[in-house]
Amino acid sequence: MKDTTEHAALTEAVYYILLSLHEPMHGYGIMQNIKELSGGRVVLGAGTLYGAINTLLDKGWIEPVPGEENSRKKEYVITDLGKSIVKWELQRLNELIKNGIEIAGG
Amino acid sequence: MKHIIRKAFFDFEKEEKFLNEMSANGFALTDYSWCKYIFEDAPKDEYIYRIELLGHPMDHQESRDYLQFMEETGAELVTSYNKRWIYFRRKAADGEFAIYSDIDSKLNHYNRILILFWAAAGLNLFVGLINLLLGAFTASISRPPINSYVSLISFSIFILILLFLIIPLNKKIKGLKTEKEIHE
Repeated sequence: MKDTTEHAALTEAVYYILLSLHEPMHGYGIMQNIKELSGGRVVLGAGTLYGAINTLLDKGWIEPVPGEENSRKKEYVITDLGKSIVKWELQRLNELIKNGIEIAGG
Repeated sequence: MKHIIRKAFFDFEKEEKFLNEMSANGFALTDYSWCKYIFEDAPKDEYIYRIELLGHPMDHQESRDYLQFMEETGAELVTSYNKRWIYFRRKAADGEFAIYSDIDSKLNHYNRILILFWAAAGLNLFVGLINLLLGAFTASISRPPINSYVSLISFSIFILILLFLIIPLNKKIKGLKTEKEIHE
């Protein structure tokens, strides 16, 4: 499980999808949420989002919300594994920011 | 009112640009078949158009799931070609509409198209070679080698696909890969 790629940098799309899914959300909700979170800077393409969702499902970082069989829109939520991945990423980002401020100045 | 425009594109992004320029001028695409575009009058700039090659035919379950997902995000399936090329549009009022927003997913899409082009090129090469062999055989029994002439058509198509489809697309892929070394 703990191979090196597991803790490599996440893409911006994946990072924001994982953040969004701390609340159960369907695809379009994720897109809207990310746009809002980033102040309109990150507008995820639907195809990009779809591919990322499938990859994250395969990795077990997110899962479908159960009991939504009759709902047309599938909802997803982050798993414990996904949450630990986000924590790792936060540590990595903190390091980047700390070094950046130290060397290049905030 | 309907407007018919006959036009051929070798590059789907140039085709998208054409559709969006038409839309900006008040002509919204409603149908496409081989090199034939049908437009209807619409308010100027009502839609943004995007074209995508699916990994599976439209009626395949994976494609159906994907198309439903696209629909949920407000994209409308306008028309399709060969069950693989999909023409989407979304109201411009809903904001920027792109299907792929990062380099990796764009590369995936380009590579999917590249495989299709190579399949078409390979098929022509194969048919050409078979005809060449048949031509050689008919010539050896002193009949006119019609197959040899037919093979020339296949070889020409092969070269055209290489020059106008594969090489330009390869350039785009290379460009994105260079970009990927410094950007996501």
